[in-house]
Amino acid sequence: MSKETLDLFIELVQEEIPARMQDQAGKDLLRLVTAELSAANLAFENASYVVSPRHLALYVSALDSRQADSIVEKRGPRVDAPEQAINGFLASTGMTRDQLVEEETPKGTFLFARSESKGAATSDLLADMITGILANFPWPKSQRWGTTRFRWVRPLHRVNVLVNGAVLDGTLDLDGALMLFGGTSMGHYFENPADIDITGITSMDDYTTRLADAHVIVDGDVRRAMINDQAKALAKANGAIVRPGMTDEIAGLVQFPHPIYGAIEDRFMALPDEVLEASIRSHQKYLTLSAADGTLANGFIVVSNRLPDPDRDAVILAGNQRVLRARLADAEFFWNEDTKIGLEDYLPKLADITFYEGLGSVHDKAMRIEKLAGTIAGYMAGVDAVKAARAARLAKADLVTGMVGEFPELQGLIGGYYARLAGEGDDVAAAIAGHYRPQGPGDSLPESNIALAVSLADKIDSLAGFFGVGAKPTGSKDPFALRRAALGIIRIVREAQIRMPLGEIIELAASHHGFAKADGDLLGFVKERLRVNLRDEGIAHDVIAAAISDDGGANDALDDMLLMADRATALDAFLASSDGAGLMAGWRRAASILAAEENKTKTTFSAATKPALFANDAEGALYAAVTGLSDSDAGMADANIQTKEDLSAMMTALGGLRAPIDKFFEDVVVNDDDPDIRQNRLGLLALIRAKMQQVADFSKLEG
Amino acid sequence: MTPSKSKTHVTTPGLDFQSILLNLQRYFASQGAVILQPYDMEVGAGTFHPATTLRALGPDQVWRAAYVQPSRRPTDGRFGENPNRLQHYYQFQAIFKPSPADSQALYLGSLRAIGLDPDMHDIRFVEDDWESPTLGAWGLGWEVWCDGMEVSQFTYFQQVGGIECNPVPLELTYGLERLAMFIQGIDNVYDLDWDGVPGDQGGKCYGDIFHRAEVEFSGWNFYHAETDMLLTHFRDAEAECGRLLGLETPLALPAYDQCMKASHLFNLLDARGVISVTERAAYIGRVRALAKGCCEAWIAEAANV
Repeated sequence: MSKETLDLFIELVQEEIPARMQDQAGKDLLRLVTAELSAANLAFENASYVVSPRHLALYVSALDSRQADSIVEKRGPRVDAPEQAINGFLASTGMTRDQLVEEETPKGTFLFARSESKGAATSDLLADMITGILANFPWPKSQRWGTTRFRWVRPLHRVNVLVNGAVLDGTLDLDGALMLFGGTSMGHYFENPADIDITGITSMDDYTTRLADAHVIVDGDVRRAMINDQAKALAKANGAIVRPGMTDEIAGLVQFPHPIYGAIEDRFMALPDEVLEASIRSHQKYLTLSAADGTLANGFIVVSNRLPDPDRDAVILAGNQRVLRARLADAEFFWNEDTKIGLEDYLPKLADITFYEGLGSVHDKAMRIEKLAGTIAGYMAGVDAVKAARAARLAKADLVTGMVGEFPELQGLIGGYYARLAGEGDDVAAAIAGHYRPQGPGDSLPESNIALAVSLADKIDSLAGFFGVGAKPTGSKDPFALRRAALGIIRIVREAQIRMPLGEIIELAASHHGFAKADGDLLGFVKERLRVNLRDEGIAHDVIAAAISDDGGANDALDDMLLMADRATALDAFLASSDGAGLMAGWRRAASILAAEENKTKTTFSAATKPALFANDAEGALYAAVTGLSDSDAGMADANIQTKEDLSAMMTALGGLRAPIDKFFEDVVVNDDDPDIRQNRLGLLALIRAKMQQVADFSKLEG
Repeated sequence: MTPSKSKTHVTTPGLDFQSILLNLQRYFASQGAVILQPYDMEVGAGTFHPATTLRALGPDQVWRAAYVQPSRRPTDGRFGENPNRLQHYYQFQAIFKPSPADSQALYLGSLRAIGLDPDMHDIRFVEDDWESPTLGAWGLGWEVWCDGMEVSQFTYFQQVGGIECNPVPLELTYGLERLAMFIQGIDNVYDLDWDGVPGDQGGKCYGDIFHRAEVEFSGWNFYHAETDMLLTHFRDAEAECGRLLGLETPLALPAYDQCMKASHLFNLLDARGVISVTERAAYIGRVRALAKGCCEAWIAEAANV
């Protein structure tokens, strides 16, 4: 007899789910239901979800219609146990003595109570399972409504649960009211307000077809495809192509997507692309288009939530164009007003904005980073310090313009445009435009080197300032995004290969704030971000510790983030090579012999050995190899070791020790009977240890 | 942008500003709401009206009200030169506690009532969670878009004055000028037809009535308001509110008047640019503390009565 199965369908109808939450809700419903089914030992063939702004639905096909029966076995006392014990077991199982079975085990013959547990019918389990999932659904934000206390993303109107197309008996307790499971869905709110019977559906396709008949395209993938295809055709007909990136959000705002093309008045096309994009895409959620030459085309596509209808489409388009015109007219007004004066003329107004209590105004900040950017430029190849200072001085001026007031997300970019109009050079303008970047891990560095100098100055000034007044990040609290600022510094110095003494620059920044001294934790805070950054790249924490640990030694004073990063990557690469791995084995052997002896004698062996006492060729060869490394005496701390090439040359040289060390341990017994020879050999190992410690702190490396 | 001269505005009988207002009132009256008049104090939004803030809490299991509320946002003044921004404008506000089973249908009915047929437009509900830091209030809901224009704010209140709302009220807020501009199809608020009477018969447009006020109040808000006096008034209102709340039998409603006063004074100080970014948060916190105290006194006293 073939296994009996059933089809399960769950549909939740609620008021508009925020676009950004829809897809995750589908995934969560699928995950939670299938996990519960699996936990109940119920197998199924396939499960899939669809989600629209008002519908969230899951179809599970060929689900076991009942749980398998199972044998429950309970071991009792031995057959020869006292009668009292056996009676106790009988009482606990509710069985009689003759129902028990006897079975031999390695420990003797025992009594067993066996009973068959009938698996439950799936349909008896589903209602509780589903209501349990709904009561704890992981919405990012949820609410209550009416007089009930149940929480959902927005008011929930229906819970439809069908088993083989028939409504399952069940009730969702809304805490204040009960909602019976049903089989009636809702169509498009405006196009088909009548109820839709969904009982009898035989597949997800069947369901989506019934909803489509009621003008709801319930599958998000289909809505996306409709938007893409139709928008593409509309754009093409107007000699343009659609700029990517908005489809997902728009697909979450409509139940029946119907793209309509509209023109943008030419007079607005003089506005910067970023301003147009911010108005058209971010604020109005239209698709923007590229002309054949790649520039922003003078058209947009609004995706209507209504069926095509020429009269209505004309009304909808006219309304949308009017809204867009008002927005762009606003932007145009700001542009015209803002550019009546030069960018520099905005500087005095910055004095009215407090940067942070104790850290002066934004004007004060501009003056500070002007000085700091000039200094930083001195550490960067080919960066004009005068231009860097100029760009830094003007970098914040756009904050008090009308345009940035309206479009805060365009800060910097607007300053760049206004700088050009005010006659600043292209490089200064580009630096102003790019100085907030990188904004996050996904953002690239600005192309302009001057922008990098300004960006560094801005971030270092903020760090020195906030640390200086005690506003340091604690735990998960980082209200001024100082971790991001520190990571920005690290990305810039690493990606743009900037060598600079960060400690000195931090001190300088602190002095510009008027502090006697920079906060003692700040350099360590930036270094910690460097370690996080290196770990994110896959370098193990012990390798990082070996290369750049703070241990009270020379490393603590290190403040060149690029050099520190290069050390870690060079050591990581070396340890991954066969010489590196081999040398590590030798290191461990040498270190453990030394440690054992030193522990025994309570002394530390000096790194000295006498060639005259060598009794074996391998000793002489190893000694020659170690002393041959003389140029890197100071190891990583050597002032001459500054570049990646230096570091890798040093590592290669160190790798040269591997063969002589291996040979030494093959041919030589350290524990010679002659105490002088033994002492001399331990001295040789101590010499190796000392040399290697100069390169990196190998003692920090884990096995 | 210059405001339109009077007498040339297009009249739109039935869709004029005052008809829209009257129709909204009539509609919500038909839905069982008490039609209230504006609160007689300066407030930043219709939510501040005690009919919303306080009645969202408290013993009434059912509270339905609708009213127009003149709202003042000093920083939005543009000296009458911006076609979309005003420092004084009208909000229409409906509060339905508990939120009806089909709140969206209630809302769409209101659009029909003012001549905006949802069947001829693209209306959608776009996520927009609402929060009022000064009232310690928040809710979830949407901006309602009509053909790309935000015409209303639609919120299911969750908390007011830091207190959980139970039952949950529905708040509908309409920016009347914007809505009327959309309905009348005009681009400049000052051109709005106010009364449906042609200009040559003495009819008035929005600019005729309010332009001068926008110019003069912008000047006062931004330049002339005496800040020391405003600071003193703020402190006085704060102290009086605290005093009334501290009485053996706290006077929740008079205290809340002082809270509204403090909130508006803060807005004026903000427009005058004398509040720094950090001070801002502190001022908002002070007003919130007053609002919270008033809400607590309101429900405590209601429980006694």
